[in-house]
Amino acid sequence: MDILLQQIINGLTTGSVYAVVALGYTMVYGVIQLINFAHGEVVMIGAMVAFSVITSLAGSGLPPLVIVMAAVVAAIPSCMLMGYLLEHVAYRPLRHAPRLAPLITAIGMSIILQHLALLLWGRNPLAFPQIIDNRVFGIGGAAISSVQIAIILLSLTMMAGLSWFVYRTRFGIAIRATAENVHVAGLMGVNADRVIAATFVIGAGLGAVAGVMYGSYYGIAHYTMGFSLGLKAFSAAVLGGIGNIAGAMLGGILLGLVEALGTGYVGELTDLCHWPIASGMLAGHCADGGNFVLFGSNYQDVFAFLMLILVLVFRPSGLLGERVSERA
Amino acid sequence: MKTPRERIGLALIALALIALPFVLAAAGTAWVRITNFAVLFVLLSLGLNIVVGFAGLLDLGYVAFYAVGAYVYALLASPHFGLHLPFWVILPIGAAVACIAGVILGAPTLRLRGDYLAIVTLGFGEIVRIFMNNLSAPVNLTNGPKGINRIDSFQIGPVNFSSTDTLAGLAFSGPIKYYYFLLLVLLAVIVINRRLQDSRIGRAWVAIREDEVAAKASGINTRNIKLLAFAMGASFGGIAGGMFAAMQTFVSPESFVLNESIMVLAMVVLGGMGNIWGVIAGAMLLSFVPELLRYTVEPAQMALFGKLLVDPEVLRMLVFGLALVLTMRFRPAGLWPETRHRREMSENRR
Repeated sequence: MDILLQQIINGLTTGSVYAVVALGYTMVYGVIQLINFAHGEVVMIGAMVAFSVITSLAGSGLPPLVIVMAAVVAAIPSCMLMGYLLEHVAYRPLRHAPRLAPLITAIGMSIILQHLALLLWGRNPLAFPQIIDNRVFGIGGAAISSVQIAIILLSLTMMAGLSWFVYRTRFGIAIRATAENVHVAGLMGVNADRVIAATFVIGAGLGAVAGVMYGSYYGIAHYTMGFSLGLKAFSAAVLGGIGNIAGAMLGGILLGLVEALGTGYVGELTDLCHWPIASGMLAGHCADGGNFVLFGSNYQDVFAFLMLILVLVFRPSGLLGERVSERA
Repeated sequence: MKTPRERIGLALIALALIALPFVLAAAGTAWVRITNFAVLFVLLSLGLNIVVGFAGLLDLGYVAFYAVGAYVYALLASPHFGLHLPFWVILPIGAAVACIAGVILGAPTLRLRGDYLAIVTLGFGEIVRIFMNNLSAPVNLTNGPKGINRIDSFQIGPVNFSSTDTLAGLAFSGPIKYYYFLLLVLLAVIVINRRLQDSRIGRAWVAIREDEVAAKASGINTRNIKLLAFAMGASFGGIAGGMFAAMQTFVSPESFVLNESIMVLAMVVLGGMGNIWGVIAGAMLLSFVPELLRYTVEPAQMALFGKLLVDPEVLRMLVFGLALVLTMRFRPAGLWPETRHRREMSENRR
């Protein structure tokens, strides 16, 4: 099996999920210049709702595709409602307060959502029932499953749909105008409150689908899953240039690839027995094909963070961002 | 100068604090322990208050520095490496290591806007935990998820903090000794904080918090001053961590999750960012309320429904989340606000 190609396929799959979640961060940030801290939790709620729908319908004899569609259809409005509530409770009342205030309320909301989910769905990881017959196709020595294909295609469709919405519709123009300058947009007849609420709701809707995709890919949902997923998606958004929609997509895919390749190769690269200088000193360890691995694949979650730090140090505006990050 | 009435008041408070552990011990040693942890959280909150309250930098990974301090203590005073250094050597080392960690983390991110810092610190907290969990191979540094146990207690001369000594008819149990030690440290930290607040540095922090551009224009080296706040907060976290390790005699990555950072943040925010007394009150309140809930909600649920519907631990986190949201919505400068901060938080900024 070709490991390189395989990791690229896996990276593209997780990367497209990150990209869809990152869109939620980037849209909100573009309009109000604030991080939606609870976005990861919204995605988690999406996965949880989907889990409930799928488990309750799993024995009903409906075709699997219909069940999954039902799950998505149930998850989207639930998450949109969450996004709307979040904006109303945590961000709207504090729009003119110092920046610290909405960040703190959003953190509070994310803790509340997490623990409400714990109460509703329990402390243990929930296993998604395997209802779809996951067929595996071989390409060039690697394998790609039908779920992976579906995730990549669906993500691309959603990204295309969002781009069309933002760049080709009247409301999209209103969103971009608000992002450019809230006050001037207001003078042109744009209802800024509606636009801001809409970005939260749209981001949450996308997040719902991402939650379902993530859940069905890994086969698991957990009340804390929103935390690391959110952190990674945010890193992806920063990598691409936060506030920039195309950047979020690019950043997501890149981050997925970096993570997959990093996880795949870090063990080999940090095996001191492969290093000429060290292997002499570690002769006892390295004899008979032994190894001395500094960092293994269990450091998977570190890559996104390292990437975030590197971007912030060397190119804070991200790959596609034009705006130089302001101080203060 | 203080009036005689104030002096008497202070003396009474001091007496009450000195007598407190014996009163609590009568109710059960558990309550002394709970109080000790409350004081530990007060220390942590005061450390975070320098970062969030004085300098206005949102640090969501504060527990990482606490963890660093705790692991430094655990590694240097346990059978894990066979090292048994005395605590007064280790605590400064822990503070220094945490301080360095703070500088390493702060240097690349502090020149950016506040929300980036928030997310980077959030990630950092998680990374430190991942490393503690995984640094058991190839060289066993942290013993992985199993943690490090049999950590030495404090030892001052012949007095060991793990056993009970009797002096003048009073039984000084381990937790009571820690209580007095914590009280001394707390006193020192309060004095340092007060002095800092009124110093040139403290005024520079507040200036940065209120308007960074103006502060810069007034000749403040904003990056270094912010870095200083970050490093100082981190070293307080490191000291608290060392004491945590000694009091528990056991550390594992489990103790240093994100929720701990959120708890400390909630204490600072509820009490009133920037106001030392407010932060102390907030930390006390949020330390004891969940304990009271634990003792009331569980029996109440058992009596009403015959089973446990809402785990007190979950309830505790809900209380912290609500504290954050409600304080920011209705009393953004905290329950006991600092005057200048109140003005700032109620000011409409466009």
